[in-house]
Amino acid sequence: MRETFAATVNRALEQDPRTALVLAVISSGMFRRSAARYPDRVIDLGIREQAMIGVAGGLALTGMRPVVHSYAPFLVERPFEQIKLDLGHQDAGAVLVSIGGSYDAAEAGRTHQSPGDIALLDTLPGWTVRVPGHPDEASEALELDIPGDHRAYLRLSGTSNRAALPVGPRLHVLRTGSPRSAGVVVAVGPMLDRVLEATADLDVTVAYTSTVRPFDREGLSTLAAAAGNADVLLVEPYLRGTSAHEVSEALADRRHRQLSLGVPRDTELRAYGTPAEHARAHGLDTEGIAKAARDFFLV
Amino acid sequence: MTTTATFSRYADLPALIGLMEGDEKHNGASVSTLDVLWVLYDRVLEVTPDTAEDPARDRFLLSKGHGPAAFYAVLAAKGFLDVPTLRGWTAFDSPLGHHPDRVLVPGAEIGSGSLGHGLPLGLGTALGLRARGVRRADRTEPRVVVLVGDGELDEGSNHEAIAAAGRLGADNLTVVVIDNASAQHGWPGGVGRRFEVEGWAVREVNGRDHDALDEAFTRTRDGRPLAVVARVRNGS
Repeated sequence: MRETFAATVNRALEQDPRTALVLAVISSGMFRRSAARYPDRVIDLGIREQAMIGVAGGLALTGMRPVVHSYAPFLVERPFEQIKLDLGHQDAGAVLVSIGGSYDAAEAGRTHQSPGDIALLDTLPGWTVRVPGHPDEASEALELDIPGDHRAYLRLSGTSNRAALPVGPRLHVLRTGSPRSAGVVVAVGPMLDRVLEATADLDVTVAYTSTVRPFDREGLSTLAAAAGNADVLLVEPYLRGTSAHEVSEALADRRHRQLSLGVPRDTELRAYGTPAEHARAHGLDTEGIAKAARDFFLV
Repeated sequence: MTTTATFSRYADLPALIGLMEGDEKHNGASVSTLDVLWVLYDRVLEVTPDTAEDPARDRFLLSKGHGPAAFYAVLAAKGFLDVPTLRGWTAFDSPLGHHPDRVLVPGAEIGSGSLGHGLPLGLGTALGLRARGVRRADRTEPRVVVLVGDGELDEGSNHEAIAAAGRLGADNLTVVVIDNASAQHGWPGGVGRRFEVEGWAVREVNGRDHDALDEAFTRTRDGRPLAVVARVRNGS
């Protein structure tokens, strides 16, 4: 996805003089040619993440469309007040694009991991948040968000599904359960393939989204109404329950049960290794999801 | 517009500040930012209420957002704000709070209050104007002026922007530091050195001397951003 991101942004820099790229060293090598051609619009500030967001806010105030990029912890967590004030409070737009989502940087340890990025951004109003599950979804998301004036966050991942699905505001249904089905499973971004495999023998509806904010409450409400039970299992690749309040809002008018899977909130996993090993430790591998789904849907 | 005509002079600023702070004995002229703000809007910045949305206007960013009464007073004196608006300041439905909000205040380029945000925003604005190639009808390039306090410079975010602006050669960016020696641990060797070492042009000036301020704000065009250190004693 990182390569797709670079190719898409390089193309946007070429095609739209409003586009600017703001970096803090990370990934700068992927934009060297654009930096030489458009030195005023490819701005590498050095390792200065607070200035990276502040400069993006200032660029937006002049009508530019800044794309801002770094590892998730350095893009969202370190300069969080800048995101709140220099973008949100100024009513300035930008497209923030992170790599290293959740535990992608497993070998790098906690300093380079950021499972709370979306939960943190979710404390601020007015953000579009996308979690592509395939490189083609990443480029489609960028093509949707770069032309706008809004505030958007794209969380790129090292893990992909086998096939891309359309990026848009609605939940995309992959499997429809019977009228007596046990409920609905919502898979976000790179969780889809393993969710499909984990729930293959269950009578449930499986829906997918790469757009988590705004969340398709109406779509979920419709799917839950058509299912045998209005029970929802939410599988997100970041902090557990990040979208649980959206599910609650969507189903506020009826009795329902809900369970969220994601990176646990109660402990810091002090381990290196691979993203697959972290997924397993968090119960986000196929086996872990399958067990949680069976328990939750009372199969 | 009669009120604007009535309250449009430097000498009116204490009365305008009095409309907000409501203290007859308060000496508005003692506000540390007052003279710098006046000189900027009266002599330096090319921006008026009529050009407040013009892409080629000069931008003034009040980074030190606390104590904004002098700023509001100058905006009122120059016609950006209606004088009666000042009276209701900090009320629920007033556009004027103890920290300015750009979405609410006509003429305010940024919302500020939390320290250390204006300079990075100003650098981005300067870079954006340059990238867009914005020019006035007479082909001159608009400038961006950011006001910070010497105490505010404690915030590390300023130093990210000071270094980056110097390296990027943003000579359409000016910072005016209101230096009333309020930084908790001081700035040994002076505030100006922090800018100088990063490649800025630095001018130190009496922050109450209008002619000296006007001259100090003369633009650089040699690739160096400009820092004007305006020394002010509170209450002087």
